[in-house]
Amino acid sequence: MRNLLAFLLKYKFFFIFLALEIIAFSLIINHTYYQRHVLLNSANRFTGTLYSWNMGMAEYFSLKRTNVILAEENARLREKLPQSLNNDTATAIPAFDSISMLQYSYVPARVVSNSTHKRNNYLMIDKGRRHGIDRDMAVIASNGVVGIVMNVSENYAWVMSALNSHSRISGRLKRSGYNGSLLWEGVDYRTGTFRDVPSHAEIQAGDTVVTSGYSFIFPPDIMIGTVTDHFVARGDHFFTLNLAFSVDFNRLAHVYVVKNLVRKEQMSIIEEL
Amino acid sequence: MSLYIRILIRFVALVLVQVLILNNIRFGGYINPYLYILFVLMLPYETPGWLLLVSAFLLGYMVDFFSNTPGMHTAATVFMAFCRPAILRLAMQKQEYEPGTYPSFKHMGFQTFFVYITLLVVIHHTSLFLIEVFRFTEVITTLTRAGLSSLFTIMLIIITQYLFYSKS
Repeated sequence: MRNLLAFLLKYKFFFIFLALEIIAFSLIINHTYYQRHVLLNSANRFTGTLYSWNMGMAEYFSLKRTNVILAEENARLREKLPQSLNNDTATAIPAFDSISMLQYSYVPARVVSNSTHKRNNYLMIDKGRRHGIDRDMAVIASNGVVGIVMNVSENYAWVMSALNSHSRISGRLKRSGYNGSLLWEGVDYRTGTFRDVPSHAEIQAGDTVVTSGYSFIFPPDIMIGTVTDHFVARGDHFFTLNLAFSVDFNRLAHVYVVKNLVRKEQMSIIEEL
Repeated sequence: MSLYIRILIRFVALVLVQVLILNNIRFGGYINPYLYILFVLMLPYETPGWLLLVSAFLLGYMVDFFSNTPGMHTAATVFMAFCRPAILRLAMQKQEYEPGTYPSFKHMGFQTFFVYITLLVVIHHTSLFLIEVFRFTEVITTLTRAGLSSLFTIMLIIITQYLFYSKS
């Protein structure tokens, strides 16, 4: 015992180092749901406020650009109004009845913290459980896909950005209809990778990639990006496409959380199998 | 001002600068300087080993806490603190230090200080980025990121030395 103590004391620098590293690595490894949950509920009450101040100031600098994006979105929405349809028959009076069921509802939110430079990026938004946000809801910006809600606290939600090695988003080539999945291979926040497109598909640079809606998380036909080039990787039978994201992740300020109101029903069919 | 108070102020100031300013800076999209490790680099020569490690742990933990990255900065900073005595011996060679001083541009001279910070910054950044990615398949990209970020951190450290600790 005495020898052991003497040994520990002699190399105490090394053993303290070892103990601290074990603590640090257990923090990293346990940083799954539990850790993130604790973080969200205690630390982020403080850091969330801090980030809110920070973003509150930063928001002013991007007001002009934000206005342009919102105006464009307004224009697009206006096009969908019944008034902008060409009324050449008397029957084009749209009415809401039980057939037109609302499937997706949108909650606007502000981004309070965001990163694009890490391998696994996350963002925090200022809407949480209190506003009806829950796990596995989609987050989009007015011009495209952003990510998926991973965890919520009372007032904030933690979103896995598409710029994350764990992110897989199901997508579709708008022109030819072929499906694939979006992932991110790191480095550049402006470009993503679109995999698993069959090699007989006809692809052109500039093709649009949109969400497929197959995951029950994202509504279909939300813009992801445009194809910059495509190739068949060695040993692969599928096309790998490089995409330019339509969203500028580095300048995200306003996003929408998309609630799929029938997701529960959709998932219950799968679970019954 | 007492040495201890100065060290404490340096701790708080570096954490705040890191979290509020530097974490928001990205050169070229993904290069991020980590100036906060300057605290561990500038602890006095006579700091006992356990205190060196524990203060590195606390520093890393604070930065992790505010950047939502549990454990990453803690692990990398503790590892860097563990390497500090050996690197210090290597950089100082036969050079003697005055009791009560700390490694800095002023007390060490430019060349020794430069070797000392470069080695430790590279150790810290490389381990940090490897821990963050947690896999070896993208090792070239990871090392490039670590290298470029190291360059910026070293530049920032040298600038702070000129601003706050230059010979008067």
